Amino acid sequence: MANIKSRDHHPGDKVFFYILRSVSVLTIGVFMLMVFSIGKMSLQSFETFGLSFFVTNDWNPIEEYFGALPFIYGTLISSFLALIIAVPISLGMALFVNEIAPRWLAAPLGFLVEMLAAIPSIVYGLWGLFVLAPFLRQYVQPPMDTHLGFIPLFSGPPLGVGMFAAGIILAFMITPTISTISREVFSSVPPIMREAAYGLGATRWEMLKLAVLRSSVPGVVAAIMLGFGRALGETMAVTMIIGNVPQIRLNLFEPAQTMASLIANEYAEAETSLQLSSLTAIGMTLFLVSLLVNGAARFVIWKNKERYKI
Amino acid sequence: MSTAIYQTSTMDLRRRIKSRIMILVLMLAAFLAAVPFVFISVYVIYKGATSINLDFFTQLPAAPGEEGGGIGNALLGSFIMVSLATFVAIPWGIICGLYLSEYSATKLSKFLSFTIDLMTSVPSIVVGIFIYATIVLLMGNFSGFAGSCALFVIMIPIIVRSTEEILKLVPFHIREAGLALGLPRWKVILRIVLPGIKSSLISGVMLSLARASGETAPLLFTSLANQYWSTSLTQPMASLPVQIYNFAISGFENLERQAWAGSLVLVMFVVLTNLITRLLFSHKISKKKG
Repeated sequence: MANIKSRDHHPGDKVFFYILRSVSVLTIGVFMLMVFSIGKMSLQSFETFGLSFFVTNDWNPIEEYFGALPFIYGTLISSFLALIIAVPISLGMALFVNEIAPRWLAAPLGFLVEMLAAIPSIVYGLWGLFVLAPFLRQYVQPPMDTHLGFIPLFSGPPLGVGMFAAGIILAFMITPTISTISREVFSSVPPIMREAAYGLGATRWEMLKLAVLRSSVPGVVAAIMLGFGRALGETMAVTMIIGNVPQIRLNLFEPAQTMASLIANEYAEAETSLQLSSLTAIGMTLFLVSLLVNGAARFVIWKNKERYKI
Repeated sequence: MSTAIYQTSTMDLRRRIKSRIMILVLMLAAFLAAVPFVFISVYVIYKGATSINLDFFTQLPAAPGEEGGGIGNALLGSFIMVSLATFVAIPWGIICGLYLSEYSATKLSKFLSFTIDLMTSVPSIVVGIFIYATIVLLMGNFSGFAGSCALFVIMIPIIVRSTEEILKLVPFHIREAGLALGLPRWKVILRIVLPGIKSSLISGVMLSLARASGETAPLLFTSLANQYWSTSLTQPMASLPVQIYNFAISGFENLERQAWAGSLVLVMFVVLTNLITRLLFSHKISKKKG
């Protein structure tokens, strides 16, 4: 396969090769065009506000003053919240299904979790808005306020919609990502490691901890980062449930707004070119952050490729 | 001596109890992870099933506050945009997948692989911005064509990756057998390799189609929405996910009920597609291994 030109004697092969090649070049071109066109549209905003765009806590379309800080905050906090909930659940699920559960239980459990990834974002949003938010408002937030209200994170009016609800919905959505990749990582641990741990007298949990978890750290880190990347860019479900108020509040029960939900709300109705450019600049930021997080995850996987091939 | 034995066994007991407890915790985590899908699908069926009737599939949406109506135009719009995107994305994606797997030694192939990785990680709302910044601005208005383009960009990396992975499963000696018969490489690929993996290719396409049918974010400001029947690709076009969104935030009870029914249609479609694909694909894999 190494040297195509010297191997292909048939003239048809050249034509075939160039067709494949030109479509591939076009695909790369589409991606370049994406970077270029988004970059070009966000230029006006970056020229007007400079780097202060990222640290300004103000979004005012009437006075044409735009800053991205509340949205960056909303995106990061909601995604972290999702990770805090989803990571232990996904890893526990992956360990249980891979290592402990009998096959008749493992197959349907794995299936149910993978199907979570197939549900469209809009359906999560609908469910969050009409089922999860009222439930939180009635049964979860008031008792949390009474008993945990001394922690500033959990005090305040029970609204249902807000950062807390968004974190929960996002956790549902990234659970399949984290658990599916973790399961692959766990199953790449050679059986001899498990036998060695048992041979040393380890209990089942000690075996899981010593043989499976400890040797899977890089892969699990990559899985978590890919889940984080998915949470950052998630749009519809968050838009419907986070309350869409651009503010920075420590209290998780308050409404907030993320970069993606701001774009979903305002893009089609942007009044001025500066507002449109600022929205695009936020899109550009989201774009770059997603590429960075996913790139870092792929780098971790690539660096440990040999280990997972064993 | 007896005390020493006694001590080890209590330590053993403690470790065994800890192990039992941790395994229970893992089991709990597994059930917690599986419960949301059951919750959501049961709720969507429970809320949506009552509003599904013939009118729902064939009528225009009701005016706010009125009863009845349906999502006929949204189904038609989704169908038009998804099929247009699919028709272009299938050959395009398979060609790129072929390039990645059959010419994997070339520099361009490595660069393409990198690009596809990057495209996979682009949030779908950013794809919407891309199409707005190019096609919507160029055409001067929101349109079904722009929506199709957005779905196309979302489908491409999925089809390319699945095609590449399937092609890499085809044993190399099959290609060599063809080449040894003196067939040109393009004939080996098009006549021998591709027909052998047809059903697996279809499953990759189906998965990307299911994904595209549920996408809302990239359509919000490309195809926008339309309250009427619209088949013109140069005009704003309704789509099922966007219509569900608009119904859900409308605040009218009839429309909210229809948002649930629309979700039921969408979830049924997506889950069934995934199920069928999975059955086809696992069958293929087991055949290959056996």
